[in-house]
Amino acid sequence: MPVEYRKETPSQTAGPYVHIGTVPVACGIAMRQNERLDSIDAPGPRIVIEGLVLDGSGAPVKDAMIELWQADAQGRVGEHGLWGRAVADFKDGRFFFHTVRPGTLPWRAGRMQAPHLTLTIFARGINIHLHTRVYFPEDAAAQAEDPALNRIEQVERRKTLIAERLGDGQYRHVIRLQGDRETVFFDM
Amino acid sequence: MNAKIQPGENQPGRTAWQGDFVRRDRAWHPPAYTPGYKTSVLRSPNCALISLEQGPAEKTGPRFARSMLHEFDNDLTINYARATGSGGEAIGERIIVHGRVTDEYGRPVPETLIEVWQANAGGRYRHVKDGYMAPLDPNFGGCGRVITDAEGRYFFRTIKPGAYPWPNNGSDWRPAHIHFSIFGEAFAQRLVSQLYFEGDPLIPLCPIVNTIPDKRAIDSLVARLDMGEMRPFDCLAYRLDIVLRGRQQTFFENLTEGM
Ligand SMILES: [Fe+2]
Repeated sequence: MPVEYRKETPSQTAGPYVHIGTVPVACGIAMRQNERLDSIDAPGPRIVIEGLVLDGSGAPVKDAMIELWQADAQGRVGEHGLWGRAVADFKDGRFFFHTVRPGTLPWRAGRMQAPHLTLTIFARGINIHLHTRVYFPEDAAAQAEDPALNRIEQVERRKTLIAERLGDGQYRHVIRLQGDRETVFFDM
Repeated sequence: MNAKIQPGENQPGRTAWQGDFVRRDRAWHPPAYTPGYKTSVLRSPNCALISLEQGPAEKTGPRFARSMLHEFDNDLTINYARATGSGGEAIGERIIVHGRVTDEYGRPVPETLIEVWQANAGGRYRHVKDGYMAPLDPNFGGCGRVITDAEGRYFFRTIKPGAYPWPNNGSDWRPAHIHFSIFGEAFAQRLVSQLYFEGDPLIPLCPIVNTIPDKRAIDSLVARLDMGEMRPFDCLAYRLDIVLRGRQQTFFENLTEGM
């Protein structure tokens, strides 16, 4: 008999009321009012990411909660890693992260990864959170060597992980859950 | 004012570059596309997930310091009324929910943040988007959080949430449940799920519960009545142990890949 282990607790959807437990002020609860989790205070060049999650019909997902995990400006994670949380606007679905541009960060066996943000998406109808990345359009050279992008066999799909540059330090990124130009999601 | 949640102290004895986390058993979790739960139909990716090894960003994660907690964060019977200044107590069946967080190898997961949210005793959420006819409780917010202790234990006090209807196949009913979110020691362990209560006849009827294919997996979300921890003349207790992805050992310490 092989060695037996415990099984991971199974996921369930975060549901439409995810805000109550994660960002209570977003749904009208007067608790933790001084927490601004979508705005990350760390040294480095400031950036703003405007995001939008679209469903398979192209409609904005207005009840999503999005989490951010990224390297700091020097490319360090662990205790230097930066974490944030944003909620989609109830009217138009847009969300924003105000953060710093991450540095180039280490991968396995001495390799490096192009600067990127990791995003996880939680929402009603999403049974287990989706894990994706956002890269920056200025980093094409580093992206050509990036282990995650290179794992995506369909070269065209890699573009779904590159943000659109709006201006200096300003980016827009659309996450498509399904259909044409479906965003790449990872299992890591 | 911008009060930030600060990552907690680096945990002594646990370094950032230990072994990998074992792969998620995606057949044990609900799949993305579950037509019995209609909202999943347009919100489920069609393409296969891209499998990738874990790097340092997946093997570490945010830490949350105990100092960010407010005094009554883990007592939902009073925390909302304290925050609003009314000072009352929530209406409903008083319960303690507790348990232990371990990984798949049985190792405790200490000092990790658990967030919870739930409907009130009548099944109504304090949320601008919830229009259910059951009344709001002026003394109940439904929002709590707790950090596990050194042995991975957690507990919070609340009132038992009510069942509520939702539009899916006409009016489906959710069994009483408490949503929970847990971070674990690394990004790879992040998990959001729902806790149910032993003996609730609505559990097997729920299309969201039934997105989970394996009955044993569903059972692992059902908190058990725990008369050993009930508080006499105060509250009943329910226990749910939570299991996060296991972290493999570092057998070869001289292989400091990723450093
Ligand atoms: Fe719920």
